[in-house]
Formats: sequence, C-alpha cells, structure tokens
Amino acid sequence: MSARYVVGIDLGTTHCALAFARAGRASDQGEAEPGPIEVLAVAQLVATGTLDERALLPSFHYAPHASDGAMALPWDATRQHAVGELARARGAEAPQRVVSSAKSWLSHSGVDRRAAILPQGAPDDVERVSPVEASFRYLEHLSDAWNHAIAKGDPELALGKQDVVLTVPASFDAVARELTVEAAYAAGLENVTLLEEPQAALYAWLAARGEAWRKEIRVGDVVLVCDVGGGTTDFSAICATERDGALELVRVAVGDHILLGGDNMDLALAHVAAQKLAAAGREIDRWQTAQLAHAARAAKEALLGDPSMQTAPIAIAGRGSRLVGGTLRTELDRAEVERTLVEGFFPVVAAGAGAQVRARARVGLTQLGLPYAQDAAVTRHLAAFLGRQAGAIEKVTGGAGDAARPLLCPTVVLFNGGVMKSELLRARVRTCLEAWLAEAGAPAPRELGGTDLDLAVAKGAAAYGLARGGKGLRIRGGTARAYYVGIESSAPAIPGIEPPLTALCVAPFGVEEGSPPHELALELGAVVGEKVSFRFFGSSVRRADHAGAEIDVTPSAGLTELAPVEVELPGEGRAPGDVVPVHLAASVTEVGTLLVEAVPLAPRKPGERWKVELGVRDAHEP
Amino acid sequence: MTAPEPSFFTRFLFAFACFFRVLFDPGFARAARALADGDPAEGAAPALPAGPAPAPETKPVVDAVKSRAPSHDSALALLALLQREGRLVDFLEEDVLGFPDADLGAAARVVHAGCRKALREHVKLAPVRAEEEGARLTLPAGFDAALTKLTGNVTGSGPYTGTLKHRGYRALEVSLPTALEGHDARVVAQAEVEL
Repeated sequence: MSARYVVGIDLGTTHCALAFARAGRASDQGEAEPGPIEVLAVAQLVATGTLDERALLPSFHYAPHASDGAMALPWDATRQHAVGELARARGAEAPQRVVSSAKSWLSHSGVDRRAAILPQGAPDDVERVSPVEASFRYLEHLSDAWNHAIAKGDPELALGKQDVVLTVPASFDAVARELTVEAAYAAGLENVTLLEEPQAALYAWLAARGEAWRKEIRVGDVVLVCDVGGGTTDFSAICATERDGALELVRVAVGDHILLGGDNMDLALAHVAAQKLAAAGREIDRWQTAQLAHAARAAKEALLGDPSMQTAPIAIAGRGSRLVGGTLRTELDRAEVERTLVEGFFPVVAAGAGAQVRARARVGLTQLGLPYAQDAAVTRHLAAFLGRQAGAIEKVTGGAGDAARPLLCPTVVLFNGGVMKSELLRARVRTCLEAWLAEAGAPAPRELGGTDLDLAVAKGAAAYGLARGGKGLRIRGGTARAYYVGIESSAPAIPGIEPPLTALCVAPFGVEEGSPPHELALELGAVVGEKVSFRFFGSSVRRADHAGAEIDVTPSAGLTELAPVEVELPGEGRAPGDVVPVHLAASVTEVGTLLVEAVPLAPRKPGERWKVELGVRDAHEP
Repeated sequence: MTAPEPSFFTRFLFAFACFFRVLFDPGFARAARALADGDPAEGAAPALPAGPAPAPETKPVVDAVKSRAPSHDSALALLALLQREGRLVDFLEEDVLGFPDADLGAAARVVHAGCRKALREHVKLAPVRAEEEGARLTLPAGFDAALTKLTGNVTGSGPYTGTLKHRGYRALEVSLPTALEGHDARVVAQAEVEL
C-alpha cells in the first residue's frame, strides 16, 4: 500500500525540521490532489519535565547525569537521553554531556564515525555516542514525535511507512551519505531518499512560485545556490537545459564541505562584545558567553534588518536571581557589525582570490577535532568554487559558449540558510559576483527571492517528494563526484619513500540513480575470509574520467582522500586465504547512495557479489 | 435556614475547635478554606466525594472543584516559561528601588527580549478593536460588553460614541508547554549548583 504522506526532513548541523504533505493518489474517482506542505511542530523537552512543540528541533544530544533522572517523553517514560531544546540549553550549563554538530562529525573522514566518540573528552560516566548514533537519535525523535502527533497508533501512518526525503549537504561524499542512510534505517525509515540541500532549496522556491517560475528561469540559465546555514556553507550550480523540447534542470557542480556558518559569525560578534566588556573590567563566564552569542545574534539581526539603526544594545543576565544588579550591558554598533561580519566573512575579493583560500594545516595524529574552515571568508570560498568549476557546464551544454571563461558564470542566484536572510550580506555577495562576472564578460546575475530561508530545505524536500510521485519538474544530477580506489603499484621498496599510488576510477562523475553499474575490467585480488581494504578517493572536478581510468595520485590531481573502503569475502566453498580475482562494479541506489560491489570472475553461484563497505576506519588508525 | 448569630464566647471556643479540626481533618480543612475563599458551594458540600452526587444542582460544584488544580498548573507553567526565557520572576522579586535607571533598563532588556519571544511563540494575540487608538467610534446598542468596556461618562442607552483609549487584546491561540507526569509544577525554577 502506498504512503499517505510525503515527508521532507532537514537533518541540519544545528537544527532539524520536518515538513510534510498528504500524497496525491490515484483512485477510482480520479487523481486526488496532493495537500499543502505543512511543518510539523515537534514535541520536545524544553526544560526539566516540560514538553513543548517547536517547528525546529535543535540538533543537540544530552546524556543525563544520575541526578537528572529519566528524560521522560509522552511516548517513553524511561528515556535515558534527550535531544532538542533541553539538550541545547544544557550545552551551556553542562557542556561535557552535550553532543553538538554531530553532522559535521558524520562527514569527517579522519575519525571512525561508527565509534562512540562524542562528546569528545567527556567524563567516564557520560554515555558516548557515535556520530551515526547521534544522527539516528535525532531522526528517532522526529519519528516518535510524528507518530505521537500524526499517526496516533495507526501503523499505516507511522513515519517509517511514509515516503521520506532526507536532505544532506551537496558536499557530503559517498561515505557520509551512506552513514546518513544507515542512521535513517536504524530509525525505522523504510522508504528514504536522499536529496542535496541546495536542490531542496530550489525545489522550495519552485513550489512557492507555482508555474510562474518559468518566467524567471529559462533555457541556458545557470543557477548558483548559495546556502550559508548555522554550521556549514554549501554551494551548488544547477543548469537549465533543453531536452526533447522541454526545460530540464541539471545539477552540474557542488562545492567542498566547508564548516563555516552563522554560528561562527555569532561567536565572532560575541567576541567583539566580550572584549568591550573586558575593557570595562567585566569578566563573563562560560554560561554568559553562550547568552552573549544569543544576544549578539539578536543585535546582528536588528542592525542588519534596519538600516537606520546605528547601535543595538546587548544585555547579559548574571546567573543568580539578582537580575537588575547582575546584568551586564554593552552595545554593538553598526560599524562593528559591518567590520566583523561583512568585511570579516564577506570581504570584497577578486575573482582569482579563490586560489588563496587558506588551506587547513595538516592535522597531527593526536588532534581529532572537527576540520573547521581555516578561512572565514565565504566570498573567497565562493570564488574558489566558481573558479574550480569553470568547465562544469561544458558537458551539459555541449561545450558551447563558456569554455574560455576563467570561472563558472551563474546567471541566477538563489540564497538559502539563516545567514542569508540579511539583505546587506546578500547585497555583498551580489556585488562580488557582479564584479567577477563583469571581468569575465558575463552579465550580472539575477536573484530569485521569496522563500522562507529557515524552513526552505525541509519544505523543498517535501516538494521534491511530491514531484517525484507526480509530474513535477525534477532536477537531474547524479553523483557530484568521481570515485576512485587506490592501487599501490608494485615497485622496488625504497626506505622512506611510499610506493607510488594509482587511483582507479570506479564511479565516474554524474552517475545517475538506476543506471546500470559500471564494471571494471581490472582484476583485483580479494582474500577469502579476510577483510581487504582499499584507499578511497573522490574528486568534484574530474568530470572526464571514465570508469576504469587510472590516474596518478599527485597533489595537483584534484583528488581528496576519503575513509578507506573494505570488502570481506565469505567462503562459499572457497578455502580461507585463497585469493579470488574480482571486478569492482559501482552504481547509485534508488536511495541515492553509492554502491560499490566486488564481483568474482568465477562466481560459485549466479549473481554472486559482495558489497564493499564505505567509510571504514579502524579505531587505531589516525 | 437562619440560625441565630452565636455569642462571642461560643465563637471563641468554636475557633479553637476549628483550629484543631483544620489541622487534623483534611476534609474539614478543605471545606473551611472554600468558605474562607468565599466559595459557598464547596463549603456546602464537604461530603461530595463520598457518594454519588444528586445531579442537577451540584453539577457546577463538581466543575468548580475540578477546574482548580489544572488552572494552577498551567499558570505555574506560564510563570516557569517566562522565568526560563525572560527571567520575569527574578525581575519582579528583586527590590529595584536602589538601582539607577540604566541598570534597570539593562535588566528590562533581558526580560523584554526573552518574555516577548516566549509570548509570541505560545500565545497568538490580536487586538480586540482594529481601529487606531484615539479614533472616534460608535458602538451599537447591543455591543459585546465582554469585549469592550465603557469608561468615562458611562450613561444612557446605545449607540455609544466615544474615543478608543486601548485596543484590547484577545488570545486567538494558546499553546503552553505541558508538564510531564511526575513533574512538580510548583518548581518555577530549579536551584542551580555549579560543580
């Protein structure tokens, strides 16, 4: 029986949201129209023993202390953890027990993402969870809240039975996607499909516009989606082309995973305010620092929202019950906000500035923190993205026009994410784009407006779910990266020099879901009964490599190393230790994850093949 | 039912008797409190929980008894919300006489920002009258007195013409946080001990 609802879930770095619509369904009476897209008010603990419904579920996880007792919910009186607003609030009060930014950890290839490593450095009595487990718990909470509010015991209406579209950053690689789906399955979501967040933002815009969008996007347009959320910055380019006489949208490029967002900006402003307080001889504690970030955000929104306002007051309460005597006050003025935010995070840079994006220093073996962006300039990251993706539309448009341009030239820009609610910051990005494009001889881009930037991703995911079931416009794209396994060449050993490494392309750029697997003719040896692992690479720029292409792994090759992949061959009548020649075959599943399989050249039974596990990392490795 | 007023001496002894009965007999105490609160219904029906009620005239009594506890809980929930989000109870409980206006103003910003956010999230308010304050308006004879109050030279019969002094508020939607079972609503804010 088909799902009654389509559900879009934005599993964000700082917040989650769930939007849904009644699915349109064909019946004897004809086709029922799908319902409007609504946002679920998610029941969650907001304080001890207090339940409230909020449109956003903060992506925080709290492991209660023995003194806290159970974190009871209407659907589970004995729950031993809390997610949502209470967990977020506890982050300032008992930070060692709180997990935040689990999603950033999920895409961090330097750690074992299935290992219970969060919160980092927590005391022994704190239950640790893996990044996958934390993501699972957010989804589980959304699922429970849905079942409590909507399904109310009807198994057909349970969230697990609905068509769920789960969004991931476009910059998530195959491994992070796989882990996200793993968390979704664990939460009982049986029919889940992945959708890239910038695409979801565009679907939300398309849904909000209705048929009028055809006046604003025409064949030949290149849409830049500039998504700056709470924790991450995500760029995508989507090209409008013609196929069989109809307009078609194709996602042609995605940016790198950049851990830079609104939270960094609030902290930067809070730092400015804290320095002013310090200059006045007032010290603030950890709890007040968290309040200061909130107050700085409110001041930022006030100043950026009202051009006539020159200063915004900031007041930070003390923790004691003496409020009037204990409140610290300062203010942020327009010049400070513009200097810190506009010049600090959105400086005017030249088109070529992308090459100067400060690369992250190599992390030491003991350092396992999140790989935050070292360069805080969103505009420089944007210049880097457009420069690197200069050739992105050649393949789609057949090499016409843009080939000689030094950067990808968008004709339309769509902003998304809470940060981009500020017209001042949007104007700054537009100014930069106009200057870069003018230099390249291209016209200034138009801006698509009019969506709710906080909830657009969840709503867009639901809109995509509806489009998928009906005749709505869909964005094509396929994988935004090419994937490679590393093969060590046999060469005489030389002390101190690593053997040269060759990367073998297993999945070319732009593999679409449902297309037949690309099978490689190259034989690899897999050992029966043993885990064999391969180094694994991705590239967001190597569009021309076909499956089976071999390239040298050099710093200029445009490859990024991902967590290794691993295959274990069960015996099936073979002797342990035997080396079995296999082919690798890669395809994209309906869910939207990359599937790499090892196919034996001499199968013992028809259709014999083994899944290659992505994102494997032994705990003892760095 | 008109008994003669008891003498002072009788009342003096009765007061002592009541003191001990209030102390040791919860049922009597509840009835006495209801009497003291000016709720004769409760006082007249101390034996209510004991047997099946003779339906018609005691029905409002049942309602009155039932509605009391939940309304306290949601009032306390609202108080806890305003304290949590906007430190309202701290503000009201503090003696502010000795502080300069600048300090008071800084604290008021904390209270205003937090309570405003909490209020807007939980109560959807709309003005009773759409006109601007100061506007002249005419109320028909049978206007809804629950929504609009007449002030000033209140006399005669409608229609009434006057100046709108306050637009009023009406709650369109209320969604308060709910206390989960086992949670003591009387704890408006927990004490905090930093380790």
